[in-house]
Amino acid sequence: MSNKAAQKEVLTGEHYISGNEAIAEGCLAAGCQFFGGYPITPSSEIAERMSRRLPQVGGVFIQMEDEIASIAALLGAAWAGKKSMTATSGPGISLMMENIGLGVMTETPCVIINVQRGGPSTGLPTLVGQGDVMQARWGSHGDYELIALAPNSVQECFDLSIEAFNLAEQYRTPVIMLTDESICHMFERLEIPTKSKIKIINRKKPKVAPKYYLSYKPDEDMIPPMATAGEGYKVFVTGLTHDEKGYPVITAEAQEKLVRRLIDKILLNEEKIRKVENHLVDDAKVLVISYGITARSAKGAVNLARKQKIKAGLLRLITIWPFPTKLIEQLSKKVDAIVVAEINNGQILKEVKEAVKRDIPIVLSGKLGGSVHTPKEILSKIEEVSKK
Amino acid sequence: MTITERKPHKDIIEAKKHPMDYLLRWDRLPHVWCSGCGLGSVLSCFVQAIANSGIDPKKIAVVSGIGCTGRASGYLNLDVFHTTHGRAIPFAIGLKLANPELKVIVFSGDGDLFAIGGNHIIHAARRNADITVICSNNFNYGMTGGQLAPTTPESAWTTTSPYGNVEPSFNLCALVAAAGAVYVSRWTSLDARRLQESMEEAILKEGFTFIEVIPPCPTTFGRRNQFDDGLKMLEYFNTHSVIKHGMDPKDTTIRLGGEMIVGNFVNIPDRPTLDERIHGIAKKTKK
Repeated sequence: MSNKAAQKEVLTGEHYISGNEAIAEGCLAAGCQFFGGYPITPSSEIAERMSRRLPQVGGVFIQMEDEIASIAALLGAAWAGKKSMTATSGPGISLMMENIGLGVMTETPCVIINVQRGGPSTGLPTLVGQGDVMQARWGSHGDYELIALAPNSVQECFDLSIEAFNLAEQYRTPVIMLTDESICHMFERLEIPTKSKIKIINRKKPKVAPKYYLSYKPDEDMIPPMATAGEGYKVFVTGLTHDEKGYPVITAEAQEKLVRRLIDKILLNEEKIRKVENHLVDDAKVLVISYGITARSAKGAVNLARKQKIKAGLLRLITIWPFPTKLIEQLSKKVDAIVVAEINNGQILKEVKEAVKRDIPIVLSGKLGGSVHTPKEILSKIEEVSKK
Repeated sequence: MTITERKPHKDIIEAKKHPMDYLLRWDRLPHVWCSGCGLGSVLSCFVQAIANSGIDPKKIAVVSGIGCTGRASGYLNLDVFHTTHGRAIPFAIGLKLANPELKVIVFSGDGDLFAIGGNHIIHAARRNADITVICSNNFNYGMTGGQLAPTTPESAWTTTSPYGNVEPSFNLCALVAAAGAVYVSRWTSLDARRLQESMEEAILKEGFTFIEVIPPCPTTFGRRNQFDDGLKMLEYFNTHSVIKHGMDPKDTTIRLGGEMIVGNFVNIPDRPTLDERIHGIAKKTKK
């Protein structure tokens, strides 16, 4: 890229780049101005590109001493008014969990990219996995909800990075991009639109004078406007259970009121947040549910099944959390069986089983990490359930 | 019987507002600290230092971790952040880098900053991050009931060292000085004016500035170690502390029964800060 072009947030035009690089460009296009991170395979290319690009657009890149410091720094940057992000994988995302909880509790908008690899522990640093799906949802202690997205192409790495920031800002929540090693190391064509065509959502600012501002008084949409440090609003931010002022209140009543709202602001907006792709779902008798890299193989499997006159269809989850429970319940009424394809031992499978109220076969096409399904592997499961 | 009850009603005069009221959140008082604890005095020095610094309070953010001292930020009428255990420093670095106009101060305890947060403080000092860290060292984990800390003096009794502490303790000032802090001082909460002046100096100085302050902790540390009330600990500070400005921090280790060396130990001029260096990249790149 030319020196002049490199000084823009939005690199409009056609590119042939990796998923990781597309994520970096998507985050910049969304207005990200702060990256705090720690190198870890297979996410490091995001940090590398951000270290080069952020100073070009007046932003700040810092490599922290570990992942715990990284996420703490990006929460701090968010409270200074900047859109902030980090990128990590496997052991790194585990280390971030406590402060993701702080982000949820203090309603801090930020984006965390998790380029999933095989686990547990050090596992398969250079190979694909989708084993962090439940961790994204339940990894920090206590009850909470957040938003997680799963891209399945380089283009979507870019598009969903913008979406992730928009959702983080709109709902004042950490958003996790649950991508994977295969998508992020894959090179594909990426088309970056002009800046004016990119929809950007920014956090709601207070409409009252500092004297009347309460740090955690929600509007009717359940989301409190967000003042940031240095604006004179004297924000009061704590990870303790708090009231509308933000002051600690250690009672069951305060907990019920606050945590209920934090959960509701995500769950009650599930349909608004929801993004899915339907492929031949309308007349399907076997529904395949998949996401991320696996959904590409699943699409191949569905096409192969159709050639064999098996009426298969694919529901690709783009939003993983909040889970589209209602949608899957509705779709399940029209099908005879469901196959869930994912690179883990059946994490989304459990959510699907919970959503479906009918007694139909729901089977897993799973792998424990290290390789992507072949379409034939998923096809064999489709064949298996269509014979039942 | 209180004094006011003895006075005829007409003589009761409403107390004048304290000049530091505007820096405190009065609706959060009374505070959580035990009677005899020195944190109230330390907080009082801190607000006076902020007022004297002349910095616009709107531009000051205070970040705390978890613990007794971690509650300090919550009484201040400023932008305040009560974060996770040990992580106040990286949170503060994020705040400062993202808005260089802010004066960011970390106010937390010894366990928070040097045990669970130990990695962050040495790296913040190494980077010369432009933040001030005020560490209240009470030699133990007070909030959780008086357990062993990395600052507990050797042989001291805590609820998790019932046979006496067998570990050597950290000398906090020596550690941060070795890691690169540009300003290092230590005071007890008895040295109120000197502490306040050091706080003012540290807040106004650019770069990573550090103050260790030692308050009495009679409830969870003192009464198990021959100081059963706050006054006895202050008495001990009074008889054992010696002011030695400019002392090499490595020669200032605190030992129970020995000299407790306090003073302004380090003040290095003109070392470029992390903020200058990082924002310098953006300026160069944009040209």
